[in-house]
Amino acid sequence: MKRPALPSVPLPAPLRSKQAKIVGIGLFVVFLYALPILDLPIITTPDSDFGGVLYTMATYVLVALGLNIVIGYAGLLDLGYVGFYAIGAYVTAVLGVQHGNWPYLLTIPVAVAVTMISGVILGAPTLRVRGDYLAIVTLGFGEIIRLAAKNSDWLGGARGIQNVPKPPSVHLFDVPHLKWENGTVLIDVTNKTQAFVFGFIDYVPYYWMALTVVFIVLIADVLIKSSRVGRAWEATREDEDVAEVMGVPTFRYKLLAFAMGAFVGGLSGAISAAGANFIYPDSYQITVSIIFVAAIVIGGQGNRWGVMLGAALVVYLPERFRGLEEYRILMFGIALMLLATFRPQGLLPPRVTRRAKKLEREIEDLETGDEPQEVTS
Amino acid sequence: MHALALNFDFLFSNFSQLTITGLALGAVYAMVALGYTMVYGVLQLINFAHSEVFMYGTFATLWTIYFLGGTQHTSGFALARMFAIAMVIAMIVSGLVALLLERVAYRPLLKRNSPQLMALISAIGASFVLSESMGLRDNLTRWIGLNDNLSRYVSGARDTRGLPMDIETHKLFPVFNYQVTNIDVIVIVCALLMMLLLDQFVRRSRLGRGIRAVAQDPESAALMGVNSTRVVQLTFLLGGLMAGAAATLYMLRIGATRFDAGFILGVKAFTAAVMGGIGNLRGALVGGLVLGVAENWGSALVGTQWKDVVAFVLLVVILLFRPTGILGESLGKARV
Repeated sequence: MKRPALPSVPLPAPLRSKQAKIVGIGLFVVFLYALPILDLPIITTPDSDFGGVLYTMATYVLVALGLNIVIGYAGLLDLGYVGFYAIGAYVTAVLGVQHGNWPYLLTIPVAVAVTMISGVILGAPTLRVRGDYLAIVTLGFGEIIRLAAKNSDWLGGARGIQNVPKPPSVHLFDVPHLKWENGTVLIDVTNKTQAFVFGFIDYVPYYWMALTVVFIVLIADVLIKSSRVGRAWEATREDEDVAEVMGVPTFRYKLLAFAMGAFVGGLSGAISAAGANFIYPDSYQITVSIIFVAAIVIGGQGNRWGVMLGAALVVYLPERFRGLEEYRILMFGIALMLLATFRPQGLLPPRVTRRAKKLEREIEDLETGDEPQEVTS
Repeated sequence: MHALALNFDFLFSNFSQLTITGLALGAVYAMVALGYTMVYGVLQLINFAHSEVFMYGTFATLWTIYFLGGTQHTSGFALARMFAIAMVIAMIVSGLVALLLERVAYRPLLKRNSPQLMALISAIGASFVLSESMGLRDNLTRWIGLNDNLSRYVSGARDTRGLPMDIETHKLFPVFNYQVTNIDVIVIVCALLMMLLLDQFVRRSRLGRGIRAVAQDPESAALMGVNSTRVVQLTFLLGGLMAGAAATLYMLRIGATRFDAGFILGVKAFTAAVMGGIGNLRGALVGGLVLGVAENWGSALVGTQWKDVVAFVLLVVILLFRPTGILGESLGKARV
């Protein structure tokens, strides 16, 4: 079959808007990289280092992408995700300084592999139990990892591991920061970020590294979600029995989701360890896991943009309002409750939900015998 | 890894002590587990904030004893009476907190038909709010201007607060080489009695039948004229009452509490509920006792620092062989 040749007329509107979209996305990406340099007023965090906050945000966004595969796509409630995060960080630290002298970049593949294997080891027996049981089992797993690290001297005990290796530094050029004073913008010559020097004070290079990894994982996420695997996850989440009957090996796909989630979690842990300098078991408490889950759900589970927004907010808001120090957790709790009440689908619900909702409404109309009503919104 | 040496000698030489104190600990787990299991049975929802209901019970106990003028020298009958009053107050306080929780954190969501996971988030939020408002109680009372009058109750909001007296223990009778104390007996008997009452209430009373009906099939129950909102309220209230009683027993044994004391106990109690078969009242009892005893044995065997690891590994093992818990899930299917 031959397609008819395209007529040579000016570009049709959709194509032009697509180009505009690409340019827009490109500008946004540049903006994200430049964010710590711009140091915009209002947005910046007055009470803590903005570069450091952005770096933590990027690692949490990465965590959110990984956990979104488990919770959002496959529908498995994992309350022990911090365990994978901890394993990633610990493998890097153990190989890099505690029991070896590996360079940082070499530890990452090992960290990721170990985390993935532990995901499979955890998943293989527990994914056969259904629904909410998984929540408590995974929660237990997270706690076991923390206690194991805390109670074995081999892993540094409660004091943890110091001098975690850093990525190799290549000093190419300096980037001066901006300074905002009463509405005028100045270039701050005293405050420069040395590009690609991973030191102890300036977290901007770490942020750039983490952000780059976020983009790579994001692309992988887009590809996998739209593949056969992504559809299998969706089917499993919506109705496991029906999916199984339709020939989807649900257990295998759930295990795959678990392993993929663990992969990203371990990666994120390894990246967070680079800037942390030292890691200790009590920074991987269950509460961290719960904050991860909260980030996913308030962002809108299943929507990758939503969960990224959720993760960024969960880190950013408490840092931005550090002035309220002791009331932070109280405020966070109130915010969670308000959000759950007034925005039960999350900030950015996935498109499937809206489609499913429409379908639901139509079915309801059919059941009540009314004519399908036009939705005015 | 020297920590993992198995210490069988210690386990066997203290076997009866470990078992009996384990039962006492397990009884407290079981009573808190009831709250999780009932709410799960009726709403299929993990009531994440139930641990805070328990924590408010421990503070209610502590404050009642302060209020009744408990000092270092209070003992004997006066102390027993004080604890009896404290238990009633703690049950009322915990019950009210549980009702408030249902009203603020769950009912608005149930009305809107929110996804299950969102209810969990709401519960997590409520849990943060409850524990933090206890942890910030000095600041909060200062705002209202009551700080001076209440300083004994609200000072040191983020520290561990203990009873003014040491609870004396009397040795009652020996079981092998362990002298069972009065505290062990009080805790175990009290917990069993409360659970028996609850079990009979759910099985035999009219209201209990309502609970079972909603647990089994909410829609049919509603069609048969069961007021499901009332049933949910009742479920939360009963869970709260049990948590309050558990809190007093906990204070009797441990003697101190903190604004975040609920969290780890809540995790354990939920583990117990799942272990016994969630939604099953007798399962919660069995799960709690098994967990308490296993924790004690396990920590004797591999060291106290691995106590929580023992608990979770046991949970995984039990779920592998009995995926619905030891006694299975059955709040609705309970025989009359």
